[in-house]
Amino acid sequence: MSVNVKIPTPMRKIAGDQDSVSAEGGTLRECIDSLEASYPGLKERLCEDGGELRRFVNVYVNGDDVRFLQGLQTPLKAGDEVSIVPAVAGGVGCIFFMA
Amino acid sequence: MTHAKALRCRECGREYPLDSINVCEFCFGPLEVTYDYDAIAKVISREAIANGPPTLWRYHYLLPCDREMAVDIAAGFTPLIRAQNLGEALGLRYLYIKNDCVNPTWSFKDRVVAVASTKAREFGFDTLACASTGNLANSVAAHAAKASMRAFVFIPADLEQGKVLGSAIYNPTVVAINGNYDDVNRVCSELSDKYPWAFVNINVRPYYAEGSKTLGYEVAEQLGWQAPDHCVVPMASGSLFTKIWKGLSELSQLGMISSVHTKMSGTQALGCSPIVAAWEGGTLNVQPVRPNTIAKSLAIGNPADGYYALRTMADSGGYAASSTDEEIVEGISLLAKSEGIFAETAGGVVIAGLKKLVDQGRIDPDEVVVAFITGGGLKTQEAVAEHVKPPLQIEPSVNAFEEALASRSS
Repeated sequence: MSVNVKIPTPMRKIAGDQDSVSAEGGTLRECIDSLEASYPGLKERLCEDGGELRRFVNVYVNGDDVRFLQGLQTPLKAGDEVSIVPAVAGGVGCIFFMA
Repeated sequence: MTHAKALRCRECGREYPLDSINVCEFCFGPLEVTYDYDAIAKVISREAIANGPPTLWRYHYLLPCDREMAVDIAAGFTPLIRAQNLGEALGLRYLYIKNDCVNPTWSFKDRVVAVASTKAREFGFDTLACASTGNLANSVAAHAAKASMRAFVFIPADLEQGKVLGSAIYNPTVVAINGNYDDVNRVCSELSDKYPWAFVNINVRPYYAEGSKTLGYEVAEQLGWQAPDHCVVPMASGSLFTKIWKGLSELSQLGMISSVHTKMSGTQALGCSPIVAAWEGGTLNVQPVRPNTIAKSLAIGNPADGYYALRTMADSGGYAASSTDEEIVEGISLLAKSEGIFAETAGGVVIAGLKKLVDQGRIDPDEVVVAFITGGGLKTQEAVAEHVKPPLQIEPSVNAFEEALASRSS
């Protein structure tokens, strides 16, 4: 079964310049694996080496944050809309002064 | 001109030109402005700053936009007040209030929007937009008016009336979304992919966030060019918290103040305290929550800068505290009664958190403490309306007055 995945601007290059793509899978994890099969390199943008979602990646299923659902185990059904949205952090850092 | 050099990913270090982007294409990490501090050191001085305007533009050397292009409604350089009465009530000898209610749209958001709107104009945008819990929307609408730009402001539908009206008066398109701030933020993130607008806290966020540094600069200047011992700051996304620290650190590295020993302590409402909860749990992993608090300006359940706020807290040796809605109202009331400053709910969160940190022995009575009051109380009247005494309503006579007074005192 097929779900619709919305791709944010910073990921579009890797997704063939499309703003949404379809993917397969009964869970979010399977959906991401299916995306990786179609668009190699996409999974490492979303997930840490251990497979968990990166800190700055928010994923929503039909508008709900998957961290309030079942994370990567969140079940998907045909026609669901998966949105990938980068967190909007400003950040702070060490200052590289007169390096 | 500006001394900003590039955008750099906070996570992987990749650099990007100064453009209207906010996340790294490779790891989605946040981008931050880098500066040519060598060049800044040659032109900045205490005297040069003192000769500047009584606004945040006196620190233009350290801002990522062109001073000549400034969208200027005179944001910043707000009073730093020695709070002797409140200090006595809490047991602090050197307590100061940074009163950022005294900004053109009555909140600290004028600092970030001054920078973001200036940068948006430099980039050639004709439309400003934002996802907001209210204060930001007010400021974006006002700056857009001043810059003759179009404005779209997106807010949760359950906001206080004062914050809705405080945007509408400047004639932007106000969009009230049936959902909480995190829903508003998600929709705006998606809209920013579709519309060629400057969403101040999304695609121009790296510049926007820099505006908050000016709070750190001002406090240092107003204390006679020294950093305070302790800052107590409200946290929503956590951005302001980290940028005050960055501002102090920059001044120190430029030799404008001596080394920074400031402890940064952050406060949240218990009904939305994901950063405080992570700090208490000893983790840098912020678990998002669904907000439920009267402190709507701080009701961000998924704080984008939470991770960095926790790191700043740890690096500086600061603490975190959260307060119930009841304690927040008491905080607003205490500040008003003792210092004559009427703060919005976020200010109540700060005063209640400050009280808690003192009671817990985490702030020494002799420390120089600055409490950051970031927004004015007339915007959140609902929070305190039932906690103030109604007027004595009388017939126009001395007798009526004295009778009414006697009956209230009895």
